[in-house]
Amino acid sequence: MSDLISPLGTLAATAADIAAARLSVIAPATQLSFRGREAAIGPAGAGFGVDLPRQACRFARSGARLAAWLGPDEWLLIAEDADPAALQADLQAALAGLPHALVDVSARALGIAVEGPRAAYVLNQGCPLDLDEAAFPVGMATRTVFAKAEIVLMRETPERFRVEVWRSFAPYAWGLLEEARREFA
Amino acid sequence: MLIITCPWCGERPEIEFVYGGEAHIARPADPSALTDQQWADFLYNRTNPKGRHAERWRHTHGCGRFFNAVRDTVSDFFVATYKPGDARPDVEGDVQ
Repeated sequence: MSDLISPLGTLAATAADIAAARLSVIAPATQLSFRGREAAIGPAGAGFGVDLPRQACRFARSGARLAAWLGPDEWLLIAEDADPAALQADLQAALAGLPHALVDVSARALGIAVEGPRAAYVLNQGCPLDLDEAAFPVGMATRTVFAKAEIVLMRETPERFRVEVWRSFAPYAWGLLEEARREFA
Repeated sequence: MLIITCPWCGERPEIEFVYGGEAHIARPADPSALTDQQWADFLYNRTNPKGRHAERWRHTHGCGRFFNAVRDTVSDFFVATYKPGDARPDVEGDVQ
């Protein structure tokens, strides 16, 4: 998890401070992929401490824990306050006897925060979704594409987005975000 | 960009999706009872209509789910999308 070297280390260290759209690396956290049918969804939320959102493309946050809907039977669970093995054990206990899949994906993706009044504009250079607040409100989370990379995009506040991108694509996504915000420097 | 309505996620851009071939083709319950011609029809032969076509799509870069769509092969217009397992909707008239 956090002992892995981030491929964004040097990029983030030399990034310019552009107020219109700031880029920063989000601290690594425990991430689990949960998949299960109807009966397992409630107990999984109880075990995790955040009720899994049932509305499509939404995330729910409580303290240091976040649960994002990625598919009708698939959620991404992010915990900043627990290590993967302990969290997995807690959830396995809550889900005893219920068919489900719970996979540690902590090392799979890196989080990038895009923040500022032009954050949506910068993301739209690579992401084809309508990022207006009417179409992509605060609390929305979805898997989508950013240029050639698959990302999970979440809107945390009107001007702050969280991008979860697979490690090997992270320098590519970061480079494109830098390119896109250069006009505001 | 072509907008496709995912039955779960709503209106999304075309590049998040992949095409999955003609819909509503059920695998024969007992393949060994079929003639070679019947088996070839199941494997390879498709209706290929000019007009409304029921086909499978997958929202790969989204919820990851397969669903079905009725698309007009002449205009590329998506007439309807619906969840797998549902019957093909009976869409009347010209909705373009």
